[in-house]
Amino acid sequence: MKKLSARRRHPLAALVVLIFALAAVGSLYAALAPTSSASADASQSLQVEEGKRLYQVGCASCHGLNGEGTSIGPSLVGVGGAAVDFQVGTGRMPAQQPGAQIPSKKVIYDQGQIDQLAAFVATLGAGPAQPLAGQYSGGDVARGGELFRTNCAQCHNFGGAGGALSEGKYAPSLAGVSAKHIYEAMLTGPQNMPSFPNSTMPEQDKKDIVAYVTHTTNSDTNPSYGGMTLGSIGPVSEGLFGWIFALGALIGTAIWIAARTPKAKKS
Amino acid sequence: MTSQDNMSEEHLPEAAHGHGGGAVVGKDGYFADPGLPPHEHRRTDIDEKAARRAERQVAMWFLLSMVATVAFIASYVIFKPGPTHHVYIWPIGNVAPLNFSLGVTLGVSLFAIGAGAVHWARTLMSDEEHVAERHPIESTPEVREQVFADFRQGAKESGFGRRKLIRNTMIGAMAMVPLSAVVLFRDLGPLPEKKLDTTGWKAGMLLKNMNTGEPIMASDVQVGSLTFAMPADLSEDDDDFQERIAKDALMLVRLQPGDIKDKKSADWGYQGVLAFSKICTHVGCPISLYEQQTHHVLCPCHQSTFDLSDGARVIFGPAGHALPQLQIGVDGTGNLEALNGFTVPVGPGFWERSE
Repeated sequence: MKKLSARRRHPLAALVVLIFALAAVGSLYAALAPTSSASADASQSLQVEEGKRLYQVGCASCHGLNGEGTSIGPSLVGVGGAAVDFQVGTGRMPAQQPGAQIPSKKVIYDQGQIDQLAAFVATLGAGPAQPLAGQYSGGDVARGGELFRTNCAQCHNFGGAGGALSEGKYAPSLAGVSAKHIYEAMLTGPQNMPSFPNSTMPEQDKKDIVAYVTHTTNSDTNPSYGGMTLGSIGPVSEGLFGWIFALGALIGTAIWIAARTPKAKKS
Repeated sequence: MTSQDNMSEEHLPEAAHGHGGGAVVGKDGYFADPGLPPHEHRRTDIDEKAARRAERQVAMWFLLSMVATVAFIASYVIFKPGPTHHVYIWPIGNVAPLNFSLGVTLGVSLFAIGAGAVHWARTLMSDEEHVAERHPIESTPEVREQVFADFRQGAKESGFGRRKLIRNTMIGAMAMVPLSAVVLFRDLGPLPEKKLDTTGWKAGMLLKNMNTGEPIMASDVQVGSLTFAMPADLSEDDDDFQERIAKDALMLVRLQPGDIKDKKSADWGYQGVLAFSKICTHVGCPISLYEQQTHHVLCPCHQSTFDLSDGARVIFGPAGHALPQLQIGVDGTGNLEALNGFTVPVGPGFWERSE
């Protein structure tokens, strides 16, 4: 002990303590973190039970032990299974850190666990349920385009490329988002996005919008014939490109035309 | 040379006369005209081999243009249009080979003609300097004298000065001709009158959901949702749809009644359902970038931000006044209806705006 005490003022002592602490927290997490075992044929109550267990480990620190919400996480009463499926299924939850907006990132739960979480949160209060595949597939692309421009394009841009909002918030790009998650986002209104409930935007409308977004953001169904979309964000990036490269090329040509031709050396 | 000297005299500042000395100032106190530097020949002017090389280079440009034109026609024949044909080309991304090859070959064939012409002019065409003296832009005194004499004789022979009746009626006729244009332009359309002050909303008008085309039940509008509405008597098939929706478009939100800070705004809503004009009060962009947690609405054009929980007050940006709110209630069946028209003009400010 004396030996240890003698070295406690060593410049590297703090570092060693920190490494030990991190290792301890890491192994504790590994022991307590959700495992990826889920029985597919679990009964409803068993699913809720499993979901509650997952919830208490992964979610309760911010949303409260019973989903009542805390100062750092909103209440989950009445958000429904669709909201859980969207937030966890796109990796937004569990959140890495607070901020203007929680970004989409790597999904850490498998679909079985997400279903369990959704089943548990759905018991907290009535809310929109996870949609079935038939609810979001097979829409009309053209009609969806009209609806998209009326309801969605103001934030997500006409091509679904997303755009900036106030104070660091933004509407994310819709490219590569699965049909189910687009449908759930419209239904539940994640974060600062307003919701578009079935009472004011019927299910068929959502189906059509999903069809439009899926069609438009996929380069197989909607290829960019000219290439170089510059983010599909319209006049800002296109104007900048024009000013820098097109005007630059014109100025370069003008300089070449007007430059003095090299003279022969005086003999 | 005389005109140049006159100009120097006129435009040189007084101070220039007294100062100076040394080589750059001539005997009479003016700066000496340095003239043109001696002409220097280009290599192509004195070296026949260099000239032949330049000639070949110009010809190469023109030949390149010919090749590109042939390639244009070939790619038009070879590549098929359609979504299934696209290739990745760095750094442009996925493109259709037809569009890409047509654009590149046509661009090259046009640019090469221009580049060949410029190279030709720079290397082989004469670059001897020529001096073109500047002259006053006026006719000789004889010509001027003749013109004035002709004019006076013509005026005399026509009797323009003597026959006052003809002169006055002619001036009157010419003055009246533009009146027909004024009448035509006036009739191109009605004057705006009070159109900027009013919208299609009036008491008892039902709100129509722009998605479904149906009236909106108050209970259908959920907290956190966003719905777009237009007057029930307006249809997308109407001839004047664009003209009317530009003023009548509504944005319908529902807030928890406790979240509404402005008493009048809460009273004008129905159980937390609030109806605001969708037209920005800055320059009239459609504005509906609604953040449901902060209740802020952002205008994409110039970042004006309005707080819908506080009577759509401007909290950021260039907008001059709050978004107008429509006073709404429900009819017998629970459908939302306007209890009044807009009490202030919607959209951007204008000179005669009443508020």
